[in-house]
Amino acid sequence: MAEIKVDCTGATCPVPLVETRKALRKAKEGDIIEVVGTHPASKKEIPMAVKALGLELMDIQEKDGVWKIKIRR
Amino acid sequence: MANKATIVVHSGDMDKVYSALIIANGALAMGMEASLYFTFWGLQRLKKGGLDKGPLSKMNMLGLGKWMVKRKMRNVGVVSLEKLLQDFKELGGKILACDMTMEIMGIKKKDLRDDLISDYCAVGTYMNEAKESTVTLFI
Repeated sequence: MAEIKVDCTGATCPVPLVETRKALRKAKEGDIIEVVGTHPASKKEIPMAVKALGLELMDIQEKDGVWKIKIRR
Repeated sequence: MANKATIVVHSGDMDKVYSALIIANGALAMGMEASLYFTFWGLQRLKKGGLDKGPLSKMNMLGLGKWMVKRKMRNVGVVSLEKLLQDFKELGGKILACDMTMEIMGIKKKDLRDDLISDYCAVGTYMNEAKESTVTLFI
């Protein structure tokens, strides 16, 4: 199982959402995708997409305006 | 009803093409299917080298307004229309071109970015997709 990192720091709508989706499509079942970003709305919206895709949201953290979201494919 | 977004891109204005591509990418990111049906002024944007050529829908001021908005967009990190289009294709989005517009405006297939276009079609194809879509928009 691979751990895939997606860095969307400084990117705005819709990049974090789109890059997350691209990474999830490429990942294999069981892979872990970690997305890092600063766009505030994406912190709420990536979990919405994860739910819509029926995947597992493992963890969300935020520190000094930088959030980190972990998803299991 | 399929979990699908079907969007008519009638306007060729830069800001409206942005809206269409951002919404369409959002749909794909949410796990939906998405189709963009380019017609009239929208279809001009699928001409080779034409994606970025549209004016701003308001306050274009002979291109000065567009220039200012583009600069502002770059500053806040908005990606290019080209990147949004490439992402849309990568995520499995479908691009349809209106063949009547091509006839009216004398646009040939070779004038368009044929590699991106899934189908050249008419209202029947659009309706066939739209009737089974949960989201339909006219931009």
